[in-house]
Amino acid sequence: MVPELGHFTLILALMLALVQSTVPLIGTFAGNRSWMELARPLAWGQLTFIGISFLCLLQAFLTDDFSVVYVATNSNSLLPTLYKVSAIWGAHEGSLLLWVLMLAGWGAAVGALSRNLPLVMIARVISVQGMIAVGFLLFMLLTSNPFDRIFPIPLEGRDLNPLLQDPGLAIHPPMLYMGYVGFSVAFAFAIAALIGGKLDAAWARWSRPWTTVAWVFLTIGIALGSWWSYYELGWGGWWFWDPVENASFMPWLVGTALIHSLAVTEKRAAFKNWTVLLAISAFSLSLLGTFLVRSGVLTSVHAFATDPARGTFILLFLCIVIGGSLALYAWRAPAITGGGRFDLVSRESLLLVNNLLLATLAVLVLFGTLAPLIYDAAGWGKISVGFPWFNTMFVFLSPLLILAMGIGPLTHWKHDEPKRLLRSLWLALALGLLTLFAAAFQLIPGGNLAVGFGLGMAAWLVAAHVISLAQRLRHQGGGLKGLGADLAGNSRSYYGMWLAHAGIAVFIVGVTMVSNHGSETDIRLSPGGIHEEAGYRFQFNGVEVTKGSNYDAFRGEFVIYQGDHEITRLYPEKRKYFSGGMPMTEAAIDAGFLRDIYLSLGEPIGVRGDWALRIYYKPYVRWIWLGTLFMALGGLLTVTDRRYRTARAVPDSAVTTTL
Amino acid sequence: MKPRQKRLIFVGLAILGIGTASALALTALKSNISYFFSPSQVIAKESPADHVFRLGGLVTTGTLKRQPDGLTVYFDVTDNAQTVKVAYTGILPDLFSEGKGVVTKGKLGADGIFYADEVLAKHDEDYVPPEVASTLKTAHAEGVTQSATTGATN
Repeated sequence: MVPELGHFTLILALMLALVQSTVPLIGTFAGNRSWMELARPLAWGQLTFIGISFLCLLQAFLTDDFSVVYVATNSNSLLPTLYKVSAIWGAHEGSLLLWVLMLAGWGAAVGALSRNLPLVMIARVISVQGMIAVGFLLFMLLTSNPFDRIFPIPLEGRDLNPLLQDPGLAIHPPMLYMGYVGFSVAFAFAIAALIGGKLDAAWARWSRPWTTVAWVFLTIGIALGSWWSYYELGWGGWWFWDPVENASFMPWLVGTALIHSLAVTEKRAAFKNWTVLLAISAFSLSLLGTFLVRSGVLTSVHAFATDPARGTFILLFLCIVIGGSLALYAWRAPAITGGGRFDLVSRESLLLVNNLLLATLAVLVLFGTLAPLIYDAAGWGKISVGFPWFNTMFVFLSPLLILAMGIGPLTHWKHDEPKRLLRSLWLALALGLLTLFAAAFQLIPGGNLAVGFGLGMAAWLVAAHVISLAQRLRHQGGGLKGLGADLAGNSRSYYGMWLAHAGIAVFIVGVTMVSNHGSETDIRLSPGGIHEEAGYRFQFNGVEVTKGSNYDAFRGEFVIYQGDHEITRLYPEKRKYFSGGMPMTEAAIDAGFLRDIYLSLGEPIGVRGDWALRIYYKPYVRWIWLGTLFMALGGLLTVTDRRYRTARAVPDSAVTTTL
Repeated sequence: MKPRQKRLIFVGLAILGIGTASALALTALKSNISYFFSPSQVIAKESPADHVFRLGGLVTTGTLKRQPDGLTVYFDVTDNAQTVKVAYTGILPDLFSEGKGVVTKGKLGADGIFYADEVLAKHDEDYVPPEVASTLKTAHAEGVTQSATTGATN
């Protein structure tokens, strides 16, 4: 009965979404206050119904109800409880349910936390979110119902894909979806403003914290996915330019541009048209990402069973969303007034450079991702775009971005003197160039031109931001006391920016070091065999058979020495899950701040216990995720700024409401 | 400078930047794309002789052979019409197995063996890459089904 209840509440949620998407909106035109006031209760009702539906599916998983197809194909009675929960979003139907649950959660949070926004605005925002909910609920009910039953009832489930049985991956999709769906709030605010024809600084201030929180979730989600693929896929890479990775990266790039352009719109009332377009693009790219993952049109490592009907539906939905919002934009854009003027040398200009570069990068990623489809459709053959292409694009364009990022925070709004900037920044520039040359001419160990560029950019970025901070504190005359006062309330957004930018520097160091000094070796070793690499000695003690809760495994033992000193023992595994299927490689990693040692078992060779093995040395690889963590923390710090609280749109507590 | 002129400079710079970026992107793209060919196309010499391309199909059952060095493997890839021998040095992905779909990337040697430097891994064992699926369909449509020489399970 419970699955039927879940199905039924989904249908109710759809009915409610239909009301939500029309009645409050009509109320705003008819000036009917009671219709507008329905928006909040409707959003809460939506969350309640979808929440019940989600709990029903959870119950089916926890009680091993294999009469539900979705449970039977994605769970197993032996599965640990944690993974029974995460199995809900282990495949298509359940992840859609999570998607709409989050959408309802964001909607309810907007309703609850935006108490002093004009009622008209709230009604429109919640209506737009209702429209999105209608689309997704229809999609679920028509093509991908998670509550479908199966007869005869299987005695045992087919198990969750073993790759997904991992704590990192258990939280990766929810984080990513929170980001994707979060951009729907920025989208709804933009559409609501377009409907009203009033885009002003207040609008930008309302949507800023929401956009930043969505961006924080997306950042964490992408980082978790990267971290997971690093240790779980056994390949030791942290980014593959896979279509599905790109699908999450494009909204991130556009979202990053949006955060910066919203700042300009709020502070200087400029870039209004552009900001609206970015808000529409960020959400459209999130939808496109969903389409790419679910339709199976592209070869990807994220292989979900696909169904053409689903692809067609999302494509249609995508067309309605993009077409509809652009039509609305075209109709309303002439009514948008021009913003504040600014000179060539001004913070606005630098943020414009930032936006153009980020948008260009997003377009390039989009092009590279879709190129195989374009070639196929045009009959030019079946191609794939190699990841060196994407790397080349970023290596060429990001230095410009980094340059602008260093200058931007020190530049005044509206107008600044190039001489003043040079006076402030010469030290940072010199430091960056010094690092570049020191590495290029190998004055520091392991230096080369590529390392020089990477470390030089990081040094420039950090130095420029330290200078910016010093100037700021000097102006306030308070020194460290000023820092305390700043952090206590008023200027947290500055420090959030600072932290996020520092995160970029940390990230660059990680990427530079691991791409230039990392090593990867495939090797065959006999028990007792020794291999030397990157200053470490690896002694292979052979492989034995062990048993886990739902798998058998081969477990190798390695002793790792540096000189004569044993630093650690590592136990990589090759698992075979009872539910059948392919063996899974579990890499063993000795993680460190400055380097990772990464071992994985390949396959047995011959009869004397020899194995094919992978030995990786990954310097500074942790810095990649540390950098993204800084970015996410910076984003969170920003939204706690008091100026958003006076607007009383403080979505950091939205996190608890929606999860 | 009048605001109008300034705006023109902005727009000019933006167009210049975007133009450069796209020129760069398209030039770089040429050397970085790899075409996909089926075993039938390789046998018919439609694939390039000196350029990296991707070869995909099913791994013929019983053809996976390991060389004495332990790291080099040979296996046959078929589209149920024609077969190409593939050599690869390194560790095969977990989801590689005989009778399943595979996509490899590398160059065709003068000896007719495809020297792969990459074997693509998949998350899901039942997944068939779209290129492979369409390859099998094409071969099937041409009326060459389940040839006795390959005996691949589909």
